[in-house]
Amino acid sequence: MPKITYRTQDGKIHMIDVQNGLTVMEGAIQNDIPGIDADCGGGMSCATCHVYVDEEWLDKLPVKEDGEEDMLDMAFEPKKNSRLSCQLIVSDTLDGLVVNIPSKQG
Amino acid sequence: MNKTDVLIIGAGPTGLFCAHQLGIIGLTCEIVDNLDKAGGQCIELYPDKPIYDIPAIPQCTGEELTNNLLKQIKPFNFNFHLNQRVEELKKVNDRWHVKTNDNKEFDVSSIVIAGGVGSFEPRKFPVKECEKFEGNSLFYSVKDKTIFKDKTISIFGGGDSALDWAIELSNTSKVNLIHRRDGFSGMEASVQKVKELNDQGKINLYTKYQLHSVVGEDKINSVKIKHDEGEVKEIKSDYVLGFFGLIMQLGPILDWGLNIDKKKVEVNTENFETNINGIFAIGDICSYPGKLKLILSGFHEGALAARGCFKYAKPDEKLRFEFTTTSKAAQERLGIKND
Repeated sequence: MPKITYRTQDGKIHMIDVQNGLTVMEGAIQNDIPGIDADCGGGMSCATCHVYVDEEWLDKLPVKEDGEEDMLDMAFEPKKNSRLSCQLIVSDTLDGLVVNIPSKQG
Repeated sequence: MNKTDVLIIGAGPTGLFCAHQLGIIGLTCEIVDNLDKAGGQCIELYPDKPIYDIPAIPQCTGEELTNNLLKQIKPFNFNFHLNQRVEELKKVNDRWHVKTNDNKEFDVSSIVIAGGVGSFEPRKFPVKECEKFEGNSLFYSVKDKTIFKDKTISIFGGGDSALDWAIELSNTSKVNLIHRRDGFSGMEASVQKVKELNDQGKINLYTKYQLHSVVGEDKINSVKIKHDEGEVKEIKSDYVLGFFGLIMQLGPILDWGLNIDKKKVEVNTENFETNINGIFAIGDICSYPGKLKLILSGFHEGALAARGCFKYAKPDEKLRFEFTTTSKAAQERLGIKND
């Protein structure tokens, strides 16, 4: 199973096996990783599953749909490496992905 | 004090259909919502996005669904109390007394929380010192636009609210529009208009900038904005407006003594009552084994919760199960005339 690393604000590292086909957001919710709210449940409608992706992964991820960039406008402190974790579907190519959870979701 | 059988907190699809079910079984209710209109997430997050999984409706938008639900409960003439957030809850004998942030009071025999993921609040700037100026020279919505006349306003955001206010206020004020990227999520026509006004010098558009800090003593004098590449600019501003949409907060409900796990209220699946007798929770806000966050599940939960409310509203009566196709009483309540 691909390993996804979630780094929380307090510096804690959570390395989790996430099944192929789940989203990075679902991997966090199912494993009680703090800091990902996912209020809308994965509908790209709320920007509360915002993460910062480690730079070296930026180009390897699927490109953002228009709607994702629009929602990121609403996120708390969006940056160039911001993504909505509900739009990152886990697959073998994402094995080793590192995401950083922001200090707040809104 | 509004005295009625049930108070429904939340006018989203689940709350609205629960009101319908209360009406059908002969109970009355009042509906409170923090937004300025009914519809909840359907109207606030995706009014134009199609929904494909409402039973027997192959496709409809969030707005259409809301309008149809409102039409369906129209015969009951239930009152809506919008722009109100429920704050205080008190048990008085067998009844509940509830007070909103606007001091509206309700005296009810039971409460149905259909609050979605909480009440919608504006998203705020991440910059800490913004709080100090909130309500005096920094706002997240416009209540009185006349205060901006002949002043310099810095507007942050890239959606329709930011664009519309930038265009509108550019008639009477000096407007800076600051957005984190070149693309905008607002309507294309508004984006074009803003760009035209920028070319004419009526709006100063700064893209790839975000708020860095605010400068001022009692009121804001200027804002510092930071470019993606790190450059910081200071621009004069009398007022700052931030339009980053809304976020949902559970709010005072957290303090009511309900069993809450991961921002969800635990309920039983027999009638969706919480650990507190007479308080029910339905829709996205409730949790139970197997919970699906679908509108259709909210409808089911609302139907059962309505029946759960009956024993509190009419303890001496027995609720008889009836179909609307054949029940004279239900049809009368719906205002249907059978000759």
